[in-house]
Amino acid sequence: MGAYNTIAFKPEHCDGCNACMTACATAKAGSADILNSRIQIVADGDSFELAMCRQCGDPKCVANCPAAALAKDAGDGVIAWDGSKCVNCLLCTVGCAFGGIVYNAAAGHVVKCDSCGGDPACVKACDRGALNYLTTANIYNEVGDLEDLFVPGLAGCQGCNTELIMRHALRRIGPDTVLATPPGCIPGMGSVGYNGLTGTKVPVFHPLLTNTASMLTGVKRHYKRQGREVNAVALAGDGGASDVGFQSLSGAAERGEQILFICVDNEGYMNTGMQRSSCTPFGAWTSTTPVGERGHGKTQDAKNMPLLMMMHNCEYVATASTAFMEDLYDKLDKAIAASKRGFAYLHIYSPCTTGWRFPSQENIEVARKAVETNFVMLWEFNPRDGLRLSRPLDDALPIDAYLEVLGKYRHLEPEQVAHIEGTVKKNAGFIRSLAEGRHPAMAQAVSGRA
Amino acid sequence: MQQTQYLIIGASHAALSALQAIRMQDAEGSITLVTRDDALPYSPTVLPYVVSGRSAPERVALKDGVWFEQNKVGFIRGAAVTAVDAAAKRAKLSSGEEIAYAKLLLATGAAPILPPIHGLKDVRFHVLRTLDDAVGLHRALPQTKQAVVLGAGLVGMHAAENLAKAGAQVTVVEMQPRVLAGYFDAEASAIIEAAFAAKGIKLMLGAKVSRCETAGKAVRVTTDSGATLDADLLLVAAGVAPVTDYLAGSNVAIDRGILVDDSMRSSVDGIWAAGDVAQAKGFYNGEKTLNGILPSAVEQGRIAGMAMAGDPALKPWPGGVPLNTYTFFGQQAVSVGSQDEGEVVRKEADAKHYLKIVMQDNRLAGIFGINAPFDPGVMWEIILRRIDLSSVREAFIKDPQKTARTIMSKTWR
Repeated sequence: MGAYNTIAFKPEHCDGCNACMTACATAKAGSADILNSRIQIVADGDSFELAMCRQCGDPKCVANCPAAALAKDAGDGVIAWDGSKCVNCLLCTVGCAFGGIVYNAAAGHVVKCDSCGGDPACVKACDRGALNYLTTANIYNEVGDLEDLFVPGLAGCQGCNTELIMRHALRRIGPDTVLATPPGCIPGMGSVGYNGLTGTKVPVFHPLLTNTASMLTGVKRHYKRQGREVNAVALAGDGGASDVGFQSLSGAAERGEQILFICVDNEGYMNTGMQRSSCTPFGAWTSTTPVGERGHGKTQDAKNMPLLMMMHNCEYVATASTAFMEDLYDKLDKAIAASKRGFAYLHIYSPCTTGWRFPSQENIEVARKAVETNFVMLWEFNPRDGLRLSRPLDDALPIDAYLEVLGKYRHLEPEQVAHIEGTVKKNAGFIRSLAEGRHPAMAQAVSGRA
Repeated sequence: MQQTQYLIIGASHAALSALQAIRMQDAEGSITLVTRDDALPYSPTVLPYVVSGRSAPERVALKDGVWFEQNKVGFIRGAAVTAVDAAAKRAKLSSGEEIAYAKLLLATGAAPILPPIHGLKDVRFHVLRTLDDAVGLHRALPQTKQAVVLGAGLVGMHAAENLAKAGAQVTVVEMQPRVLAGYFDAEASAIIEAAFAAKGIKLMLGAKVSRCETAGKAVRVTTDSGATLDADLLLVAAGVAPVTDYLAGSNVAIDRGILVDDSMRSSVDGIWAAGDVAQAKGFYNGEKTLNGILPSAVEQGRIAGMAMAGDPALKPWPGGVPLNTYTFFGQQAVSVGSQDEGEVVRKEADAKHYLKIVMQDNRLAGIFGINAPFDPGVMWEIILRRIDLSSVREAFIKDPQKTARTIMSKTWR
């Protein structure tokens, strides 16, 4: 059993148009009567609620069926109803606390959502963005078969996003890897190990903050000379990448070394006590940009690392977020491939529950809000195609939706919020102009485009 | 002697639900499942449909051998437990074999009650609790011209409907003044009674059978009013009682069933009980009561399994809520909760439709319907959570299904 695709409902986008119910009733009952729809949207004043089958992992409808007519398919996770076995006793409707399996008078038996065999009609009919068919599960099933190349029991904080990034990335990159983890959270939680044992199942070393890319250059060239193909990979924090580590990184990028450099950006030096880095955004509280009578958080904007790396004309540069795993994996694949030809730089945003001050279970939601507000923009670059957006920048949520969930912004004055809003707008405009080829920096790349 | 970490007696909903809960927490601990039926696990609830022919006996198995293998479960069928030595932690089987266990779940269910009717033991009659019973009744259907059913509970009413559909002249004799008295009030029962009468089924309510005797090929049934009925098929469906005879001398405390606490633990260390055999806390008054229904068996089995495996996610038994569903002649009757706690806030009844809502202190106590659309599982959860409905009271009374779905989506989506 693995992870499954699922139909997700975002009530904030629903306006009660009923298109999903009409589509479902048409597809499943051949009538437009929404009474026959397996998905039921219920209006509650101005908002909308949902009753439909959750395709539960431990389904009570199945446990309550005396006739073995319901079963969860281990392949696609859908709970299937077998009309030839059903005895119409309705005990499944007693077991289901979600209104997901219901007696239908027209059909003369219970009906439930079957996800339309992986192509749900309701989702296709929804043009408001309220229904989405999430297929991310495929990734986890695929990756679940790959070996986790970090040891169990790394000492990350509860709910750490960086640990997710490390484990996912190295699983995909594979065992033929030499890994560099400069000072930061990643060795801090145990990548370089304890008591003479490493925290990885691949060779790992602990460069200085300053020389990560230089040391990897040497390692990669050494193996090349020996005729061995290995992945030279750095998992570095934003401090190690953007501050004192920047000169060696810039040099390696400029020389086109065949390295995959992953910057895990948690916007500061979080493992040493949450000091500011050049990637810390304006207004953010850190222990070195304190909040008090005179201090109001950081007074400068963040250095835009991925754009700086793009200007090195690297073989591949991309930004990614763990809230958008399909996108992250796609970019990881491209970055791995690009690192065989030249320098590949992947900038992954990693909200920090400890340093940014939010509940640990909210991590992925924080990462999602960052993207949905355009605070973080997802794009990729290569020298042939220029910069392309991975996700449209239109219809962004107001910046408050992101700032209000983080303790490190709790002190913000309205003018600081206005500044951040302005910066986000300016950055989005800049990235958009690059994506549309309007910026001179893209002129060369764009002229080569079809 | 065979040794097992978990020994489960019984193979229906409570047992299987416990087994799955154990495997969620303990992937390797040895599990042995013992059932007195020589069959793959099945549900007593499906049996009326085996009688009618709707369900083929070979297609009602809830789990098969492959599933037992996948879940690393030893499955012993056709063996009843005859004695439990709680001190030595051993169970004796009818085969003579003994099994040593660390933890024991008793999910032995219930068996038909035979009322003390003069002469009943000496005549041919049917009961309906096992697959063999159902197959026997199914075979007897075509030859049945005159049938008498003792008891108008769910088993008796299902059987009466199927016998009538097969062409028999059916009489149901019930001591209570109405059918399905455990789940419905007089008005709702009247709708069901009318549907049966319309199909030519004779209901003798408030009547008691005083004697049975063989009269030629038939069984002659005499009621206390002196009426006589000749039947070529007599079905005794006068209720069921927990099967606990094998516990004699075991120190396991028994009232009407095996007394259990809120994690389904019996009075004896290392022994749990769940399902129809267990007597657990009722939801409304907290008194321990029998609530022999399938959804309770599933829940109790899960709780027992979690407790046995030491699952830290265990939440205690919230208390049994009477609930049931009953389909008759294509109509749907649903009963969730108590008739007796609180005030009736809506009630309507006509020939084909019935809806009653009972509330107590702005909380749902029960909802009952015939051909009325609402989600029983959502209502059950609203009752269990004691959700305060004061802010949506009017809406709930007006449209219970829609309002309940809204509450569900907001509260436990």
